[in-house]
Amino acid sequence: MLTTILENYHYSVVIILMMTGLYVVFSSRNLIKKLVGLSVFQTSVFLLYITIGKVAGGQPPILVEDKGDHHASLDIANKLAGADAKVGDYGSHASEIVYSNPLPHVLILTAIVVGVATLAIGLALVVRIREVYATIEEDEIDRLDYQYNLEGTDA
Amino acid sequence: MDILSAYPAWLITHGAALLVVLPLLLGAITAILPRERLAWIVTLIVTLICTAAAFGLLLTIFGGETQLYKMGGWDPPHGISYVIDGLNTPVLLLISAMAVLCTIYGLPSVAAEVEPKKRAPFYGAFLIGVAGLLGMVATGDAFNVFVFLEVSSISTYVLVAMGASRDRRALTAAYRYLILGSIGATFFVIGVGFLYMETGTLNMADMARILSDLGGGSRAALIGFGFIIIGLGLKLAMFPLHMWLPGAYAYAPSFVTVFLASTATKAALYLMLRFTFTVFDPSFEYVGTVLTYVIISMAVLGMLLASLQAIFQTDARRTLAFSSIAQVGYMLLGVGIGTAASLSAGYLHLINHAIIKGALFFAVGAFWYRYGITRVEDFRGLSKMMPWTMGAFTIGGLSLIGVPFTAGFVSKYNLASAAASNGWWWAVGVIMATSVLAIIYIGRILLIAYFQDPPEVDGKVVAKKEAPLMMLIPMWGLAILSVVIGLNAYWMDRAADGAAQVLLLGVGG
Repeated sequence: MLTTILENYHYSVVIILMMTGLYVVFSSRNLIKKLVGLSVFQTSVFLLYITIGKVAGGQPPILVEDKGDHHASLDIANKLAGADAKVGDYGSHASEIVYSNPLPHVLILTAIVVGVATLAIGLALVVRIREVYATIEEDEIDRLDYQYNLEGTDA
Repeated sequence: MDILSAYPAWLITHGAALLVVLPLLLGAITAILPRERLAWIVTLIVTLICTAAAFGLLLTIFGGETQLYKMGGWDPPHGISYVIDGLNTPVLLLISAMAVLCTIYGLPSVAAEVEPKKRAPFYGAFLIGVAGLLGMVATGDAFNVFVFLEVSSISTYVLVAMGASRDRRALTAAYRYLILGSIGATFFVIGVGFLYMETGTLNMADMARILSDLGGGSRAALIGFGFIIIGLGLKLAMFPLHMWLPGAYAYAPSFVTVFLASTATKAALYLMLRFTFTVFDPSFEYVGTVLTYVIISMAVLGMLLASLQAIFQTDARRTLAFSSIAQVGYMLLGVGIGTAASLSAGYLHLINHAIIKGALFFAVGAFWYRYGITRVEDFRGLSKMMPWTMGAFTIGGLSLIGVPFTAGFVSKYNLASAAASNGWWWAVGVIMATSVLAIIYIGRILLIAYFQDPPEVDGKVVAKKEAPLMMLIPMWGLAILSVVIGLNAYWMDRAADGAAQVLLLGVGG
């Protein structure tokens, strides 16, 4: 049990962030804090995607220009991995180099853009709400709306 | 097919890409156009071209062809491919045709509800929203779905907030929608992540193949399925996840309400169908369990409770919004039963409800346009003040209840008979009960409008003032369409049966 958790510690980071974010969204009554929670929640998903792209012992998936010399690309890969973690001799087949999966990173670039756009719209809405209601506390807004519903006029 | 031969060939071969790219590009341009009338014309032309393309694609589907459009020439599963088959093409046509009608309606309506300098950007945001909806329906790539889901959602948040110049509660409604909508989309993308872990692909057809090879896959696929169902459930306002909907429908500009009610939740429901039946398979144990126990119970609860809530609303638009949640329940019931007949009925109800609710919200928008009223109690004597608009509302209302010879009757009857042939008589009872509730909440509005005299202001009876022609055309178009479907549903049935076939047999998927 404990070893499973330790082996998959990256997931625990994701889960903790995800739950924190969701909790903040649902529990806080301040509009800005809700958006903060939403951002934390979305960031946890970015981490989830990025961790699944990593292959144990994998190299950054960069194609070296000189395709003829496979050892050159191996050398670069070794340099990038640092002296301690030597990739080892894979012979002359560059295709046997283990690469990390780049696709999740690319997906997450898109998701980050989406997240930023959502946050921007959310903050813009909060600014407008502040202008109109003169508060960003949900309880206060609900009270004003309730009054409006009852009387058909502004408080 | 004679009509099809009149189409230029490129409109069919590149129709799938055109549907998304054209509104997306022109949406950005429309936003910076200096004059609102120019923006309106561009929007109308773009949506008309989209409708033409979607109609052409639907004709090829009826001709028995399906299309796999490879974006940029990259072969699936590595490239993003757009799939045009019997399941999504009717929804594509629905979205683009509703966009045309909304645009026509928008000429007087937007001018009344949105501040002048915001009108061109408003149409821009609308076009981007259309592109997002069309994209998430057309695409065959799971991550692409997420991107388009967010494209359409973000523009919808903006559009809902535009109602602020008329009612400030639009701002908080848009904010609530933004929070819940983002959580829904994020749940969806977590689900797609789990599916990617399990299958190593993002192409839906490829995912389906690998998952069925694995016999449903491991726990990762199961978790992924759960996240996707919750995420899409939020987007399509499945019963306990519907909290964003009444506010967003009630306070958005009329134009946006119609568009949201008849397309946004429908596109999300299409995605749920696509994922449950073609990516996953109801024969997987967990999918079958979720369909039978979760989807159906939520559908039934939603039908009953939301209908009850609709009765007690003071605002007509909130009544219709709660009724929308109840109607989503009908569609989900069709999904949950999961036989060919029930899927076809649910799919038919998806299209019919879009038409009916479109007509109803158009009419309610016209009431506000002329008299500035949305409360049910203010509808006194509307049948005398706006007879044509009230007529369209009446036809829509009867259709929503499910009176024979209307669209609502056809799909409710199909759904009830599908449930009955499955031996689920209690589901038939629920359909009857919610129809009775619909009689109450629609009947309440009709009673006030028909049998009370128009109010008097300053000692004079309020004058008759019909809605402008640009509002009556789309309203009556939908009202007449709902009667036509009620009289002869051949084409609708054929489209719905085609969709059910894709869902169950995976033809062309």
